[in-house]
Amino acid sequence: MKLTLKIWRQSGPNDKGQIVTYPIDNIEGDMSFLDMMDVLNEELIVKGDDPVAFDHDCREGICGMCSLFINGEAHGPDRAVTTCQLHMRKFSDGETIYIEPWRAKAFPVIKDLVVDRSAFDRVMSAGGFVSVNTSGNTVDANAIPISKIDADKAFEAATCIGCGACVASCVNASAMLFVSAKVSQLALLPQGKVEATERVLNMVRTMDEEGFGNCTNTGACAVECPKEISLDNIARMNREYFKAMLTSE
Amino acid sequence: MSILDSKIPSGALSTKWSSYKDHIRLVNPANKRNIDIIVVGTGLAGGSASAALAELGYNVHTFCFQDSPRRAHSIAAQGGINAAKNYQGDGDSVFRLFYDTIKGGDYRAREGNVYRLAEVSASIIDQCVAQGVPFAREYGGLLDNRSFGGSQVSRTFYAKGQTGQQLLLGAYSAMSRQIGKGKIKLYKRHEMLDLVIVDGKARGIIARNLVTGSLERFSGHAVVIASGGYGNVFYLSTNAMGSNVTAAWKVHKKGAFFANPCYTQIHPTCIPVSGDHQSKLTLMSESLRNDGRIWVPKNLEDSKAIREGRMKPTDITDENKDFFLERRYPAFGNLVPRDVASRAAKERCDAGFGVNATGEAVYLDFASAIERYGREKAKISHNENASIEEIMALGTEVVKAKYGNLFQMYYKIVDQDPYKTPMMIYPAVHYTMGGIWVDYNLMTTITGCYATGEANFSDHGANRLGASALMQGLADGYFVLPYTIADYLADEIRTGKISTDLPEFIQAEADVKAGIDRLMNIKGTKSVDYFHKRLGKIIWDKVGMSRDEAGLKWAIDEVQKLRAEFYSDVRIPGTVESFNPELDKANRVCDFLELGELMAVDALNRTESCGGHFREESQTEEGEAKRNDKDFAYVAAWEYTGKPSEAILHKEQLVFEEIKLVERNYK
Repeated sequence: MKLTLKIWRQSGPNDKGQIVTYPIDNIEGDMSFLDMMDVLNEELIVKGDDPVAFDHDCREGICGMCSLFINGEAHGPDRAVTTCQLHMRKFSDGETIYIEPWRAKAFPVIKDLVVDRSAFDRVMSAGGFVSVNTSGNTVDANAIPISKIDADKAFEAATCIGCGACVASCVNASAMLFVSAKVSQLALLPQGKVEATERVLNMVRTMDEEGFGNCTNTGACAVECPKEISLDNIARMNREYFKAMLTSE
Repeated sequence: MSILDSKIPSGALSTKWSSYKDHIRLVNPANKRNIDIIVVGTGLAGGSASAALAELGYNVHTFCFQDSPRRAHSIAAQGGINAAKNYQGDGDSVFRLFYDTIKGGDYRAREGNVYRLAEVSASIIDQCVAQGVPFAREYGGLLDNRSFGGSQVSRTFYAKGQTGQQLLLGAYSAMSRQIGKGKIKLYKRHEMLDLVIVDGKARGIIARNLVTGSLERFSGHAVVIASGGYGNVFYLSTNAMGSNVTAAWKVHKKGAFFANPCYTQIHPTCIPVSGDHQSKLTLMSESLRNDGRIWVPKNLEDSKAIREGRMKPTDITDENKDFFLERRYPAFGNLVPRDVASRAAKERCDAGFGVNATGEAVYLDFASAIERYGREKAKISHNENASIEEIMALGTEVVKAKYGNLFQMYYKIVDQDPYKTPMMIYPAVHYTMGGIWVDYNLMTTITGCYATGEANFSDHGANRLGASALMQGLADGYFVLPYTIADYLADEIRTGKISTDLPEFIQAEADVKAGIDRLMNIKGTKSVDYFHKRLGKIIWDKVGMSRDEAGLKWAIDEVQKLRAEFYSDVRIPGTVESFNPELDKANRVCDFLELGELMAVDALNRTESCGGHFREESQTEEGEAKRNDKDFAYVAAWEYTGKPSEAILHKEQLVFEEIKLVERNYK
């Protein structure tokens, strides 16, 4: 395959940045999108040019580190995959591919396609946990039965990988899908219910402080989410939030 | 040759840990506030240790090279976590988990450590459930279990095929709580590049800020290395791209012995290599071997036809398939341990029976499982006259419920539907049992420097059983280190804050800077990956699934030559003081280039076959691994002297009081 890559290059947070064109040849359908980026960088290094910086680590769709906006879609045209699981067979010979970083006020660009997603960690520190010490002296794991339906729903919410595709896809750069996934997981389980009120208030407040936008129900986040996190979680978080507003002291 | 002191407490095996804990020294809460601990790595071992130590009141400084602690590669573990809960009432116990782990490790692990691991395993499950980890449950609301290789009970807790993710996010949650309280100070996108020793004690690290490129000094009263395994020495592995040996190797060079580096686990069921540009291999969970049958064609001609695309696997009848694991190991069949299954697949492919274009793949076939489940389903629904198509459709649904996410992953990567045609699999590097030598307290041979999780060597002997890595990482971090580290820190309550302006810190930083400048000034013609790929090929070919004397000697020589070439011809673009992923890679690869040599040295020394280490010279007449307990029932701990090939061997003799050493037999 022969392709034309149009890649966002930005030397640092204060650089204005621009799209640069790179022709690339001999790309095979069995390569992953990031294998293709490796091929490009190898060529750039040997030529003495600056390789394109992009985040990646596990390359099996679970760590949440890769983060490319490809042809206007987070993680590219395929569904339910991250960029590292996207394969070049999804593109055709001669195609032009635009590659950009996540764009959101809360995710400043570090270099080229790499952004700073620390805001997510700060939202988590505001309440994304159960306050239990790791002493091992808790009750037996089977002491509190949990219905399989709730356990499965909690699990589905908990599969969020924190990649930020939801924010990148949202016209408001809202983090509602990410935050609601954690709020839902813990609100659905008896262990998380004790602190549910404070948790949702603190996490939503921090989310707003970090500069994420609000939700206007476009649903783009759930479509682009590589783990198919459902919009139901946003509804559940809104319910938790209203309940907390009415009942908190 | 010195004798290493493992510091295993005396007394009966079953009471060692509890009575040791009762008599170990403590640090009172007011004093904990004056003590700093550095933790390198945020996987299950580092994340759990950071959270637990911060909860106890210590000031914890945690480092990861990724952009968030939640990215650490523990997240990718699929199958599950073992614990001796005996919820199924199938006869499990702490002793049985201990026994299975020692036997699975081919009798090359310490009894005392492994027993403690089995003992605390049950608390891990309680703890994780309390944190909100959503393990799989049955309809009655209680926790579900499944079985894994190497045991006869169902003791594996799981969360679909994403158990590692859920456990890591649990540890990350616990960390987040302490970060919010200010008890953990987190340094993301930071890589440890050296250990600082002051007056014989580990007192800090030099780390590089990967965003700005600057070197930074950090001090602490103890340093914990929880940086994972070294599987990426092979270049292609199931590890993450950034997984590295650097933190572990730096402490080794500063005096920590490195134990059993030749013990590497090659996992039998991974998606095969597809081409030269591949950067990484993907695992298909061991749980698939419960239902999949492994085979290659019986006739060489058929294999050739498949490789050339003239024939499909579905064209071959059962009589013409060689179910080689069932043939060689009738008692265990497709469920033999990982090391045995991997070698058998390699043997068939080496003999020319491999099935994809590269000749390095065997089939993992679900057709008979789909049919079996389909017939069961049809019977339950009283559909006695179901057609074969209906039966296969019903069976497909059952298999989808069990392994759906894995089948989808396979489909996305290979572009073939594994419900309709057999999966192709081949062994790949997955885990490293070897690592930094530690005593019972998890302290290395450097005072005040600890190693936990995959970074240490301690619990899996020569072969790790499935679902045991998660157990060990969390056991070390939540339930072992928080006790044992206090015994050391009890002497540190009067030390006070350690200055990073001490000459030892200045010297260490200058040494790191000189190393980086040396790399940057080479200005050669080849990329870092070019060297890493070549190193990987040498190690895979000669220090991989089977090793022999000539090959190992060749590998030592080749790695030395490659290292020299690296230092004369590598090209690192960009500058030091900037975000520069190529420099990050170079810093890691230069350590792999030394470790690879030590692995070959260790493998050369161990002339027996055991676990993941198979020496061609030591096999039975039937081609099975032949262990030599008389000469090799020891831990090989290597002391750095300046050159990996001149490392000094220290032996820790393994003492077996409870378990009798016997040959592992799966026939």
